[in-house]
Amino acid sequence: MSATTPVPRQDKSAAFEYLTTRKDEFVGWARKFSLFPYPFVTACCAMEFMSVSSTLYDTDRFGAALPRFTPRQSDLLMVVGTVSHKQAPILRKVYEQMCEPKWVIAFGVCATSGGFYQNYAALPGIDKIIPVDLYIPGCPPRPEMVIDGIMKLQDKIACERHPIINKDF
Amino acid sequence: MITGENLLDRVQASLGAQALETGMAHGILVLQVEPESLVAVVGRLKQEFGFDLFLDVTAVDWPQRRPRFDVVYHFYSTRDFVRVRLKTRVEEADPTVDTLVPLYGSARYMERECHEMYGIRFRGNDDLRPLLLYEGFIGHPLRKDYPKQQEQPLVPYRDVKP
Repeated sequence: MSATTPVPRQDKSAAFEYLTTRKDEFVGWARKFSLFPYPFVTACCAMEFMSVSSTLYDTDRFGAALPRFTPRQSDLLMVVGTVSHKQAPILRKVYEQMCEPKWVIAFGVCATSGGFYQNYAALPGIDKIIPVDLYIPGCPPRPEMVIDGIMKLQDKIACERHPIINKDF
Repeated sequence: MITGENLLDRVQASLGAQALETGMAHGILVLQVEPESLVAVVGRLKQEFGFDLFLDVTAVDWPQRRPRFDVVYHFYSTRDFVRVRLKTRVEEADPTVDTLVPLYGSARYMERECHEMYGIRFRGNDDLRPLLLYEGFIGHPLRKDYPKQQEQPLVPYRDVKP
């Protein structure tokens, strides 16, 4: 009879202390629930933005409620309202100041296409100067539509590639 | 006691000689004057009749008419609660009227706006920079011959691939 070394007892809870996943899925899951919006609010859609971000509709459920009033701390640019040609350089600068990764929502029909402002003053859609991930039409959009838009953006983020080191790094 | 209606009657009687046309429209006394007598008429409105508030100056473009532009002024009396509208006509070739800045300081900004939107020049106003528009904007967007959808973007547009 030889002495046997005792087998260390398996702690039952240790069985699920790690799991495997894909890096992009994991990072996408983390990022989609921590959207920090920068509200670039210029016009009447602001009322609807306040409504959708306050208690009744509560975008906090999607992790997208804490507005950062500096572009350097935010990763979601919400352009809410009409942007005029005179304001376009400001919007462009705000967008360029945001760190990667960043997403842009055009909130309302004016930010999407200029809306009914087809004239000398209004920019016909912010996608003329910055790339846009999601368009929410409506004048102004219903809160349900905004929530739907945020969820679609979350789906998009979850399915994106999330390179840890990108070409600019 | 002078009521507002009486005041307008007195203004009409007193300034009617300097006006080309007078009339009432929606409770507002309307006077049409020559551009040369504009400052004198406004001075009398302010000093004699107490129209102490300069509400607005704007213009109306009549493309088919000679002279082409109406320059329209509105004044209000905060003592008698009545309004006076002054109109004067200027040619397209020389759309110049005298400034009202010596009488009403607030005219400075309103004349800037009228200048950029209609191209009316205000002789004596030394600050006619763009107010709502931006430096480098060509043309006057509220003139009827400005193309409705002509854009003058400040930021170059991206190449959007469909």
